[in-house]
Amino acid sequence: MAQVLVFIDNPGASLKKSSLELLTLARSLGETTVALNGDLSDGVAATFAEYGVGSILRPSAQDLDDFLVAPKAAYLAAAAESAGAGVVLLDNSPEGKEIAARLGIRLNAGVITDVVAVEADGTARKSVLAGSYTTACRATTPVSVLTLKANNVTPEPAPAPTSPGTASVQVPAAAAAARITAREQKAASGRPDLTDARIVVAGGRGMDGDFGPVEELADALGAAVGASRAATDAGWISHDAQVGQTGKTVSPQLYISAGISGAIQQKAGMQTSQVIVAINKDAESPVFEIADFGIIGDVFDVLPQAAAEIKKRKG
Amino acid sequence: MEETLKIVVLVKHVPDAQFDRHLNGVDNTADRDESILSELDEYALEAALQLAEARGGSKAGNQVIALSMGPAGAVNAVKKSLQMGATEGVHLTDDALAGSDAAATSLALAAAVRHLGDVDLVLTGMASTDGETSLVPAQLAERLGLPQVTFASTLEVDGGRLTARRDADTSSETVEAPLPAVVSVTDQINEPRYPNFKGIIAAKRKSITTLSLADIGVDPAQVGFAGSWTTVTSAEQRPPRTAGTIITDEGDAGIKLVDFLAAQKLL
Repeated sequence: MAQVLVFIDNPGASLKKSSLELLTLARSLGETTVALNGDLSDGVAATFAEYGVGSILRPSAQDLDDFLVAPKAAYLAAAAESAGAGVVLLDNSPEGKEIAARLGIRLNAGVITDVVAVEADGTARKSVLAGSYTTACRATTPVSVLTLKANNVTPEPAPAPTSPGTASVQVPAAAAAARITAREQKAASGRPDLTDARIVVAGGRGMDGDFGPVEELADALGAAVGASRAATDAGWISHDAQVGQTGKTVSPQLYISAGISGAIQQKAGMQTSQVIVAINKDAESPVFEIADFGIIGDVFDVLPQAAAEIKKRKG
Repeated sequence: MEETLKIVVLVKHVPDAQFDRHLNGVDNTADRDESILSELDEYALEAALQLAEARGGSKAGNQVIALSMGPAGAVNAVKKSLQMGATEGVHLTDDALAGSDAAATSLALAAAVRHLGDVDLVLTGMASTDGETSLVPAQLAERLGLPQVTFASTLEVDGGRLTARRDADTSSETVEAPLPAVVSVTDQINEPRYPNFKGIIAAKRKSITTLSLADIGVDPAQVGFAGSWTTVTSAEQRPPRTAGTIITDEGDAGIKLVDFLAAQKLL
């Protein structure tokens, strides 16, 4: 049976949904070994057992978090060799992709990012050119390294739990790496992460400097807040919120676009959303060409009315 | 300041995002007829120019080399870079490179960077706007055995070390690395200049060096479709989205919106 290595980075007290998705996919491909970085809490250990993990590897070095990417790639390369892995799975975060990239060179392994599904024969499906194409790809090497986009696999515990043992992996010296000398936590918004969110409410130029109505509707729906480049460039909202070609690509179940014209740059970041709702004063806005439900109207009337109605219905 | 810098900026020509982009049906590579200098690479070039200018520019011996890999059209990205102020242009081109994936691309680029001698910095944009993989800078760094700093929103160089700031969703980091290093910069780092008339005239006098795989000592079998570690077996165009229901607000559109969400079971 194929050996599959899953990288889980600093899970904290419990595993994120995207980690559960990785473990579920891994089980469908073979026998799972977890390469952990960071502490192993009792809760996480129990979840590994529940998800059928065969064994857990931990690095000999404690300081992987002080450096960017290279030492984590060196650790995973050693872990993959120790586990005899034919497939290595990582999350599709920017860091996950970079670790995958360096790991691929270390293992002489083909790397495929933005994966949405993997078939039993190892063929990976991914979307490219901002979701306008879906391609099937394969690594032609003995080992393949894949990064899985969130929200494409339904997490499912194993039919029978396992009792995985732990082993230590010697981390080889990495190439010179950049050291992190200071880290400032940003204030938490309390909203879901934009790239993983089930619902995104995004505002653009039409918000005219006031994101209050976007945030209010987002909170009524339990959604993340997004923005067009025009809105982030104007400084109305943090750059982290930018959706589009130069920002984040999202594919939530529902994307509500408010006061965004929907030029190609913006469409590139959201056109794979399952349902798109658009609100814009200008009936000619290109966003209406791709909206499942469009409202020609003033965002400052429609958003507050919708937020109030949702709160009323949710009681 | 006595230190001078030799900076290589990787520039790509990409299909212009203003137009619909396509994969060709033959080998599932991107069509690049309407190609331009990748917008994101302009930030890397600007960062390089600013570092060089702060040290007295080319007169003081600082070099900013624009390196592009690809077929004939890739030379346009180099030309634009020279107009913006790069001191030299290098165009790595070879028929055998066609179809290279990130692993093969990084192998060829690593050989080209080594060919250029002792380089202090390799700068790139934050991701190519077409392939979306962002694998190449990290793979290049691994092949060259160098530290990588990605998504830099500030970049300073002093005494053979760089300091950069990276902004992530939940935290901001300050990082340090010894030179040489591979750095990718974001679109927050600066405001790229437009080539002015003087720059356009000056660019005509700058030479573009064309390199083949033989020039940089790379076996053609290591790159292109043959040397790639991944292969695209099929590509399907997503059916275009079609417009759904469009209504004009008559005072109750917010309610109708909630009705729609309820009907779609999205509440």
